[in-house]
Order: sequence, then structure tokens, then C-alpha cells
Amino acid sequence: MNLRRIMARTPLHLTIFVFAAMWLIPTLGLLITSLRDPTSIAASGWWTVFPKLFSGGQFSLENYVGVIQQQGLGYAFFNSLRISIPATLISTFIASFAAFGFAWMQFPGRRILFMLLVGLMVIPLQMTFIPILPIYSKLGLTGTFPGIWLAHTAYGLPLATYLVHNFMVAIPKDLFDSASIDGASPITTFWRIVIPISVPALASVFIFQFLWIWNDLLVALVYLGAKPAVAPLTVNIANMVTNMGRNWELLTAAAFVSMVLPLVVFFSLQRYFVRGILAGSVKG
Amino acid sequence: MLHTGRWRPWMFVGPALVLIVFFLVYPTIMTIARSFFGRGASLFGPNTEFVGFANWRYAFTNKTMLTSLRNNALWAVLFTTCTVGFGLLLAVMLDRVRYEKIVKSVIFVPAAISMVGASVIWKFIYAYRPASMNQIGVLNAIVVGLGGQPIGWLIERPWVNNICLIAVGIWMWTGFCMVIFSAAYKNIPKQLMEAARMDGANEWHVFWMIILPLLVPTVAVVGTTMVVTVLKVFDIVYVMTNGNYGTEVIANRMYKEMFNFFNYGRASAIAVVLLILIVPFMIVNIRRFVAQEGGR
Repeated sequence: MNLRRIMARTPLHLTIFVFAAMWLIPTLGLLITSLRDPTSIAASGWWTVFPKLFSGGQFSLENYVGVIQQQGLGYAFFNSLRISIPATLISTFIASFAAFGFAWMQFPGRRILFMLLVGLMVIPLQMTFIPILPIYSKLGLTGTFPGIWLAHTAYGLPLATYLVHNFMVAIPKDLFDSASIDGASPITTFWRIVIPISVPALASVFIFQFLWIWNDLLVALVYLGAKPAVAPLTVNIANMVTNMGRNWELLTAAAFVSMVLPLVVFFSLQRYFVRGILAGSVKG
Repeated sequence: MLHTGRWRPWMFVGPALVLIVFFLVYPTIMTIARSFFGRGASLFGPNTEFVGFANWRYAFTNKTMLTSLRNNALWAVLFTTCTVGFGLLLAVMLDRVRYEKIVKSVIFVPAAISMVGASVIWKFIYAYRPASMNQIGVLNAIVVGLGGQPIGWLIERPWVNNICLIAVGIWMWTGFCMVIFSAAYKNIPKQLMEAARMDGANEWHVFWMIILPLLVPTVAVVGTTMVVTVLKVFDIVYVMTNGNYGTEVIANRMYKEMFNFFNYGRASAIAVVLLILIVPFMIVNIRRFVAQEGGR
């Protein structure tokens, strides 16, 4: 009986194993390659490291030193931080204000405006670049951090507002009633009651926005161009792929550098990330 | 609703509305108008004479544009079927094993990294070297190991290279689908499935007759999200082939018209093509929202 049960479940385990392998091997190959020297990378596949895995001398961090010092990747990492942290903070902040307004305040056009917001969640960003670029260059915002902060904030707002709104409408009304009896203004209510209660939702939105902006290539290409002084990791690495497509030691190390922070965020805050995904549909 | 007076609500929603109007609403209207004018950068600058439907004709007759439209259709069908299919399969299968959590993390991880990073990872998987040399890409190592000739995965047109690019997208987004399906699946009362099993239904029947019908609304939401995502696909193609060898897609073509050929009229028309493809899904989203509102 037990044996039959095990036999019956073999296909299940096997299928899962194949999926897991297909999802794991590509990243594993990248990581191993990034630690090998260029000559070995060109001479043999990364899987040949396994037979002599513990004999030493196969791995070094030299490629990482190389990309960070010579390819300006350290600087690009810094740029990515300078782009994503302020943009994420600004958009989460503005979105929570708007979400509260839409969820709990009465004003003409509230419903229509919110429907517009829902519709705009999926609008192709391609629709927006051409009219904005001339305005940006007139205002001197092209190639500047404030320029891309504003753009990312605006592009992220529909989804962020929608997600936080869905959370805030579920707050019990009694909480506000007792606050208003105590004479609290809406601003006080917002800061003292709504924001503290909404922390889980705000955390999801923050992580979502942060990963989206950190991983963005298109918006950075359009508003920042390829200027090394402002280019984030994604733009820098995309250029490396074009210009030195065969230097796998550099490309793999660079790709891994760009993945480190998202992976840390992902594994430490996976709960909030999943909650954000479940709370609504998603922009792309 | 709170009693907040006439002006205070606008203090709360105002900043968001101003940004949205400036960055999304105004440009959308201008881009639609822009698609009927010449190539100049600004509608109020030089080289922007009215050209009627010339940009539109280009968008639907140019050879590369036709390739892009075909490829976007291929992406939409293959990517959506596989991400939704695999995601559903994994959600249901993983619920039955004890190591569910760790495998879920493995499948879900690619959702956190950039498409640029994923493109580098996969470019290396697809690496090609002549038969006389050692293969360093996993796929060609397998092909050669089985006695075949190495394949230029990203060059072999029209199916091999496009499917190889789409595989990268599937690898990135299957985890996303799986997470949503898994949450929905765990909400199905287990008694329903138990009852069916008691009545002699096998697992296959349980899946088709009970699980799937109950998950249809979720499949619809996830499916539309995937189609919308994939219609806008840009990064993977930009990094891996830049649309060469017959792998062009609409979003990458739009970028080229804008920054390589400096033809803003055509770029606008191509952007509007993308918008037209996405409008039905916008309407679906709004309707779904209105239905939810009504039910509250």
C-alpha cells in the first residue's frame, strides 16, 4: 500500500523537480560563471566546476572588482539607489494621501476620477514619452534625478493609489467617529490613525514601487539617456551587453550586482510583496 | 464618508491628480493627435505638418512593423498560455507536497530581478560557439552532447529565436501567476474535493470539474494581466536581440523610431497601436472595478 502510494506520487515529485531545476539552473550558471576567471569561462562550461568543486582555486571575486572599478558599476549602483529611494518615497507618500481622499472624502467627480485611475493602471508608457520630452528639455529636467523621480512617481501612482485605497476603505468607520468626537481634524486623523493602521499596505506598495523602479530600463533610457553620471544599473548593463557581449566574466558579475538588492528585499520582505500582488492587478 | 468641507478633499487627491494629468492624461491625448503630424520632435516646432494617415499606413504596412505585430501576437498567445498554465499547475501540485514553500520561492524569485538581469542570464544559456569548440551555453552543450550541431538560438528565425525570447518572459512571470493561483486555490473548501473523491472521482476529474471552474475568475484576472504585460514587452527584446533577426516587437520599434530614426510622428502612431491593443483590457478592468464597488 505504502509502496503504491509512493509510486503514484512519483510523477508529481518528478514534475515539480523538473520545474525547480529549470528555474534554478539559469541563475546558478550566472553565479558560478561570475566567480570564474575569463580563460576558464571561455574554455569550458560552468558545470565543469562541479567535479573538482572543493579542490579550490576555481573561484575568485576578481570579476566583481573589475566591473565595479572599471565599468563604473559601483557608481551605477549608487545612481540606482539615488533614483529608486526618493522616487519610491515620494510616490508612496502622494499615493497614500490620494487613497485616503478617494476612500473617505466626498467631492464632485470622485467616482469618475477613480475610474480614470483604474483605467490608467495599464496604459502603455509609450503613449507619454513624446509630449513630455520637449517640456522636460525646456525645463532642464532631462538627464536629472528630479526629472526621473517625478516621472516614476507619476507612473506608479495609479497602481499605488489603487492598492492603498483598497486597504483604506476597509478601515472601520467607528475609528474616525471617535477621532472626530475628540476634535481631530482630517489631517490629524490621517497621520495619527490612518497611516499607522495602513503600514502593512504601505509596506507592500513601497516594496512594489522600489523593485519596479530599481528594475526599470525603459523610463531611465528615455528620461536619463546613457549619461554615465546619472545612468542606473539597468542602463549600464544593457550597454555592456551591446558593447562587450562576449565578455561573460564582466556581464555575469554585473548582472549579479544588479540582482543583489532585489534578492535581499525579496527574501526578507516576501510576505509584503506577495500581499501587494494579491491586493490588486499589476502594471507593467 | 467623513465630513471634510469643500476644499480639503482636493488637498489630499490634488497632488496625485496633477501628476497624473501632466504625465499620463495630457501626453496620451497629445500622442494621439501627434500621430497625424510629421516627424518633428515638438508638435509646435518645425517639421510637424499635417500628414493625415501616413504614419498609420506605415504602422500597418511597413515590413518590420508587420513582423512586430506578428511577434506581439505570438508573445501574447505563448507567454500567456504558459505563464497561466504553469502557474496553475504548480499552485495545485505544490499544495500536495511538504516542500511547497521552498519550491515556491525558487519559482517566484525571477519576479524580483530586472528583465535586464534575466536577459543576461538567458543570453548565457543560449550562448553559441562553433562545433569545433567547447560549448559554454547549457542548451548547446545538451544539443552537442546528444550528438547534434550547435544552434544559434537567438538567430534562427522566425520561430526558434522568438520562442527563446518568450521563454525568458515565461521564466520571469510564472511565479507571479503561481502565487495568485495558490492563494485562490487554498480558499477553495477542501470538503468539496473530498466529497468528489468519495464519490469516486480521480484527481484529474477533481481538477477539471471542481478546481478549475472555481478558479475561472482568477484565471481571467491573471490572464488579462499577463496579456497587458506582454503587449508592452520591451526590455528582453532590447537587451537580447534589439529586434534583429525578425524578433522586433511594437514597444522596441517605437523606441527605435523615437531615438534612432527621430521620427516622432511614426513613433506616436506606433504607440497608439499599442494603446488600441490595450484599451479593451482597460475597459475590462474598469468594469470589474465597478462591479466590485456595487457589491460593497
